[in-house]
Amino acid sequence: MGLLAKSQTYRAISEALWQNNPISKQILGICSALAVTVQLNTAIVMSLALTFVVAFSNLTISLLRHQIPRNIRIIVEVAVIATLVILADEFLRAFMFDISKQLSVFVGLIITNCIVMGRAETFAMGNPPWRSFVDGVANGVGYGSILIGVAFFRELFGSGKLLGFSVIPASFYEAGYQDMGLMVLAPGAFIMIGLFVWLEHALLKEKK
Amino acid sequence: MEELISIFVESVFVGNILLAYFLGMCSYLSVSGNLQTSFGLGVAVTFVTTITAPANWVLYHFLLAPGALAWAGLPDMNLGFLRLVLFIATIAGMVQVVEMVIDRYSQRLYSALGVFLPLITVNCAILGTSLFMVERRYTFSETVVFGFGSGIGWLLAIVAMATIMQKLRYADVPEGLQGFGIRMIVTGLMAMAFMLFAGITL
Repeated sequence: MGLLAKSQTYRAISEALWQNNPISKQILGICSALAVTVQLNTAIVMSLALTFVVAFSNLTISLLRHQIPRNIRIIVEVAVIATLVILADEFLRAFMFDISKQLSVFVGLIITNCIVMGRAETFAMGNPPWRSFVDGVANGVGYGSILIGVAFFRELFGSGKLLGFSVIPASFYEAGYQDMGLMVLAPGAFIMIGLFVWLEHALLKEKK
Repeated sequence: MEELISIFVESVFVGNILLAYFLGMCSYLSVSGNLQTSFGLGVAVTFVTTITAPANWVLYHFLLAPGALAWAGLPDMNLGFLRLVLFIATIAGMVQVVEMVIDRYSQRLYSALGVFLPLITVNCAILGTSLFMVERRYTFSETVVFGFGSGIGWLLAIVAMATIMQKLRYADVPEGLQGFGIRMIVTGLMAMAFMLFAGITL
């Protein structure tokens, strides 16, 4: 029995991270994914905030799943998620004010992020608390992996920095290298995600 | 007046809620395959943003903002942290009201919008409009224009995308890019085109 639980937990993790990645496979949660990827540090903080919200909303809803009446479950879910988002938002404002300013409204928009709602609805309503919690963490990390990947390339090519430190040597600039202004702007994010999805499709196909 | 026009132009083109701020992507990606439904959804979103943004403005400024409760004898109260919950509740409520009103007075519009009305509640573009309204400190009339402009901008983007997708059906897209990948890249190119309006200020 313990082995089975382990394997199911394991399957939930690997699905969320790779085969069924929330962003690139299920096309969920793009709304907030792109705007915060200009810099690596905002992307990391955003991923942590989302992981926190989705993990604890899954846990709470899974604990409450026998008490929630079927008809009003959406309202209950939104209430739980909104409370957690407010906690995350206030925490960032108190301890990381600069980053919170940069993230602006996008932390608040986690409420309408389809990943959180989708996991609560499809997974947490029908699974025990521990597995739901793990599923939430795995989905948050799956979301974060794309976010951080996109942010890595956008910051590297867009401003020649990583986490705020210059990584492209000055001699490159002297030799005529220029930062790609496009990457900092909105279109860069769209194109970057498109290319990421292409890469992932290609890799998954080879595996089959 | 000029200021209002410039907010409108800004929210439709340069600061397009979808192409510049990435809001409302989920429904944008899932329905942009069909021109008819895209247009219906766009109209519904415009309708709801135009109503909810001013409604949330009133709520925020008379209930939540720092010092807003002075009329109730509580000048030190700051309920700003409640705005997420209140805004989402207003949006859900407004969508319900709009749905009932349309159902009562215009059966044709109601059946055209159909399933999309309830779905609008979770469209990030709507909540985003309300949150931006607070962050940018718009006045009431600016909020009305901004809400309407955001909706129109979203409508424009989704209709343009649906049209492009119809043309793309005959294109030879590389296998790994089919579906989601090519949509993102097309959206990126569209976003670039919209950014050309950046030079226009009134």
